[in-house]
Amino acid sequence: MSVKVRVPTPLMKLTNNQSEVTAEGTTISEILNNLESQFAGIKDRICDENGTPRRFINIYLNEEDIRFLDGESTAVKDGDEISIIPAIAGGA
Amino acid sequence: MSHVKGLICKECKREYAEEPIHVCEFCFGPLEVNYDYEALKKIVTRKSIESGPPSMWRYEALLPLDEPPKVGLHTGFTPLVRAKNLGKAIGLNHLYLKNDSVNHPTFSFKDRVVSVAISKAIEFGFDTISCASTGNLANSVAAQTAEAGLKSCIFIPDGLEAGKIIGTLIYGAQLISIRGSYDDVNRLCSEIGAKHNWAFVNINIRPYYGDGSKSYGYEIAEQLGWKTPDNVVVPVAGSSLITKIWKAFHEFKMLGLVDKVQTKVFAAQATGCSPVTTAIKNGSENIIPVKKPNTIAKSIAIGNPADGYYGIKTASISGGYGEDVSDEEIISAMELLAKTEGVFTETAGGVTVGVTKKLAQQGRIKPDEVTVICITGNGLKTQEALTNCFPAPTVIDPKIDSFEEVFANSLTV
Repeated sequence: MSVKVRVPTPLMKLTNNQSEVTAEGTTISEILNNLESQFAGIKDRICDENGTPRRFINIYLNEEDIRFLDGESTAVKDGDEISIIPAIAGGA
Repeated sequence: MSHVKGLICKECKREYAEEPIHVCEFCFGPLEVNYDYEALKKIVTRKSIESGPPSMWRYEALLPLDEPPKVGLHTGFTPLVRAKNLGKAIGLNHLYLKNDSVNHPTFSFKDRVVSVAISKAIEFGFDTISCASTGNLANSVAAQTAEAGLKSCIFIPDGLEAGKIIGTLIYGAQLISIRGSYDDVNRLCSEIGAKHNWAFVNINIRPYYGDGSKSYGYEIAEQLGWKTPDNVVVPVAGSSLITKIWKAFHEFKMLGLVDKVQTKVFAAQATGCSPVTTAIKNGSENIIPVKKPNTIAKSIAIGNPADGYYGIKTASISGGYGEDVSDEEIISAMELLAKTEGVFTETAGGVTVGVTKKLAQQGRIKPDEVTVICITGNGLKTQEALTNCFPAPTVIDPKIDSFEEVFANSLTV
């Protein structure tokens, strides 16, 4: 399964300045591990010491927050798009 | 002269230079402005503030600009209204309204954050200002960008009130309405921000922008006679304002401008979008995002609040709480405020008034404590919420008999 992953600016130093990369895997977890094998150190930045995404990171699968799906176990399929986005303030 | 040392990660405390960045590269925690408080202690006094202008710029030394402000020179220093009538109606004897519904230039507290954000964006050399907004921020960014003579491109969720849309377009702003919720708009903006070198006031300018809100807290304390209140009831959307009011009070204490801070901070949300108050009530630190916010309080309908974690912490550390109100309670609170104090606030103000009433009934706010309700926006902008609430006025011919007939039948003057 090959998916497109959009990487936030602070992580582009690890991806040779690419804002979009491809990764392989059947779940979000596997995708994160695959990213790590391509870009050493990237998983530590996205996940905390327990391997779960950090509090201030939101991960979207095809525009949907994975917290509304099955979290890191969410299944991905060929051609899906994943966005990794820092949380942002807004509103009152 | 600036007293900004740079930026610092609120989580891991890594330090960064003063740049248009907002997240820690390492842990993705939010960056905050790092001030030189030792230097500030020597120059900021009650007297130095009191001799400043009647605007938020009386606290300029405590705001993150390196040069004098470029826009919004008349923003802030809004009235702190002693609300005796409303207090009587809800059983609170020392009740105040911090009334930003009359803030300059666009009638909401957002004028405070935007005046700082745009002034800072100019210092950084940006020529285009942008934001994701539920309406009030859009109005203020449009107005103050016009004042600065810069370009703007503003993003809102579809379905906002006419006052928020016209109140943005009038200033010549480019406005784009996104099919989706505020959270969809915010996510799109962060991706646009990665491709376009614009000043997104609530994204890459966020650390500076957020500190504009501190002035709301400073004013409450100064206007209470250099005292912090026992309770403050704050509308919560992204959870930024609630944390900045708390920060403002503690900075004043650190600088010796107030003796103590024993303020309980209460978070107020609409039941139709209450991820923060729900977490507080459940005793949880974790936000469960609301996928489809459903409330007339659109200005605070943020389902995935970025600073939600800190909002929860502020309420709990301060000994406060979180409460929410239904759309019916919001409308009834807007009417109550208008009828008792002559203040017409928008739906978010209905939320804080309604929540204060509930907290008083629950005994969480005591009758003799000093309580401040945050009124952050103007009712003329959200008139749709009140459609069908009132009968149309009686129409009569310009004849004295017509009037006397109506007077005899229905008027109670």
